[in-house]
Amino acid sequence: MVAEGVLAARETSWSSAVSLEEHAVLAASELGSLISTLALEGYSVIGPAVRDGAIVYSAIESIQDLPQGWADEQAPGKYRLSPRNDDSFFGYVVGPQSWKKFLHPPEVRLWQAERQDGSFRILNNEATPEKAKAFLGVRACELAAIRIQDRVLLEDRYRDPIYEARRASAFVIAVQCTQAASTCFCSSMGTGPAVSEGADLVLTELQSGSHRFLVRAGTDRGSEVLSKLRTTAATEADLHQAQDGVQAAAATQVRSIDQNGIQELLYQNFEHPRWENLAARCLSCANCTMVCPTCFCTTVEDTSTVTGNHAERWRRWDSCFTQAFSYIHGGSIRNSSKSRYRQWITHKLAAWKDQFGSSGCVGCGRCITWCPVGIDITEEVRALRNGGDHGDS
Amino acid sequence: MSSEPKRKKKAGAKPTIGVFKFASCDGCQLSLLDAEDELLGVVGAVEIAYFPEASRNMVDGPYDIGLVEGSITTHHDAERIQEVRRKCKTLITLGACATAGGIQALRNWKDVDEFIRVVYATPQFVSTLKLSTPIAEHVPVDFELRGCPINKYQLIELISATLAGRKPNIPTYSVCMECKRKANVCISVARGIACLGPVTQAGCGALCPSYDRGCYGCFGPMETPNTASLTSQFRVLGQSDDQISRAFRSFNAWAWQFRRASEECKPT
Repeated sequence: MVAEGVLAARETSWSSAVSLEEHAVLAASELGSLISTLALEGYSVIGPAVRDGAIVYSAIESIQDLPQGWADEQAPGKYRLSPRNDDSFFGYVVGPQSWKKFLHPPEVRLWQAERQDGSFRILNNEATPEKAKAFLGVRACELAAIRIQDRVLLEDRYRDPIYEARRASAFVIAVQCTQAASTCFCSSMGTGPAVSEGADLVLTELQSGSHRFLVRAGTDRGSEVLSKLRTTAATEADLHQAQDGVQAAAATQVRSIDQNGIQELLYQNFEHPRWENLAARCLSCANCTMVCPTCFCTTVEDTSTVTGNHAERWRRWDSCFTQAFSYIHGGSIRNSSKSRYRQWITHKLAAWKDQFGSSGCVGCGRCITWCPVGIDITEEVRALRNGGDHGDS
Repeated sequence: MSSEPKRKKKAGAKPTIGVFKFASCDGCQLSLLDAEDELLGVVGAVEIAYFPEASRNMVDGPYDIGLVEGSITTHHDAERIQEVRRKCKTLITLGACATAGGIQALRNWKDVDEFIRVVYATPQFVSTLKLSTPIAEHVPVDFELRGCPINKYQLIELISATLAGRKPNIPTYSVCMECKRKANVCISVARGIACLGPVTQAGCGALCPSYDRGCYGCFGPMETPNTASLTSQFRVLGQSDDQISRAFRSFNAWAWQFRRASEECKPT
């Protein structure tokens, strides 16, 4: 059960999960062979790459494509790449995109049909099977987000076959964070920075001494891929260095959401002066929900051609920040941006627990960084808790 | 679409479309011509009965669908739009001019008589209104299609939906939704470029942000634009009040939300 898995993951501290025998060391120069091995296994490898001033996830053919030597500096409403003073491949935190775009695509045609002899015929809608993907560089918070979407899209009353097919074939290579952005708060959400389970392989990039990766297989198919790579035995020193890095990533996080009584806090404050303060800043542009790795809402649009002889049904990412989202007969029931933001944050942090058994937030900080006006979910919770409407506006 | 057509049509007659131009650059009509593969390829579906820009063959109304480009800027136009409305069962405005007054609505903050005196050698021959106004200020409009120019795929969708009697898929949310679905990196957050995307209606496919430009607001205000908050952010990004005011005063300057935002930055 994924929901239990998420909870279990929170209770497992990194140090208790590690053992020397499970680990191996992969020289940085061998990282390319991991990519080529996965390609030989039939995977289309997706990983981090620099594009348009950010680190995004796209097809990777060799280590040349990776963002070696780049870091990301993040703040509310601001993201910049900056050069590192080392040659780390994974020396950034998280970018604007998440793995959601591959598992739960932004736009997908559900079916198409044609009018023939006075009736409709559903066309062969079997999409060409997508090549299985290997995700290289999945962070702990992102893995937690995937598990949350598993719960929503696979383990509820209805299963989403589109997500299911993509998810089942995906090979996941997690990379533990050894640093945090100013917008990170996975520690307080219990989702990272340590990777406990759910990945086929888990890497930790180590720089002190020689440039190398501590690697551990989390699944049988992970072990199989690992066995094809040239690795050496891990030492206690390697483990300690990895552990120190992950602990530093936790210790340097400056943001948090206090989980104590979070449901009561939101359920008991449907009326609060902070919501008006928020509404003055919120653009209702939906960027937060688009970048959120767990937001899963979609809308369905039917289209037809001018002749009416061909019709298609498309599914697209939707957002609770649009008016159409809450449109029922006669109008939108969440007419103000105050009500829309309140809906989003209350569902994300509180109602999600009742509905799916975990928080809907993994603490990745994307909604903070990619909000065009820098609204900070952690600050909004704090303001609600403190009872005032103080804060920037 | 269920009411009886005003003109008696033969059984199986195609729905007729009339295209009418007011003060505009013709760009939206060109979008219609640009859609010929989709529209004329299915001549079985519609008859373009009146489209002076495209054909000398002009069939008298009434028309099932009237497409109106341009804003109202003269007394003559103000009368003519009444006549067009009477002839069209469904009236659709095309683009920023017809829907918000267009770029020519910049005159609305100025003295148009002064322009005429400066520009024309014989100003006495020029008769114009002080304001450039959208069609909906003069006659009831059934649907306003946004854009400068319009997106031809939205136009095809709108015509298809109108003919099928279904609701068109023309979203009123922000450009950001389209931009993020395309997996674009936000140019405002990642590069500090002032972008009107968060307050602008989707429909262009996030064209400018996809090519490293901030959104110019061609599709006008989105459903619930928070221009005051975006204005504050533009100041954070180093934009002067004059620059912010000018950003809001372009093709949709006279749309009331953009108009107000521009005036709040810069007293007229």
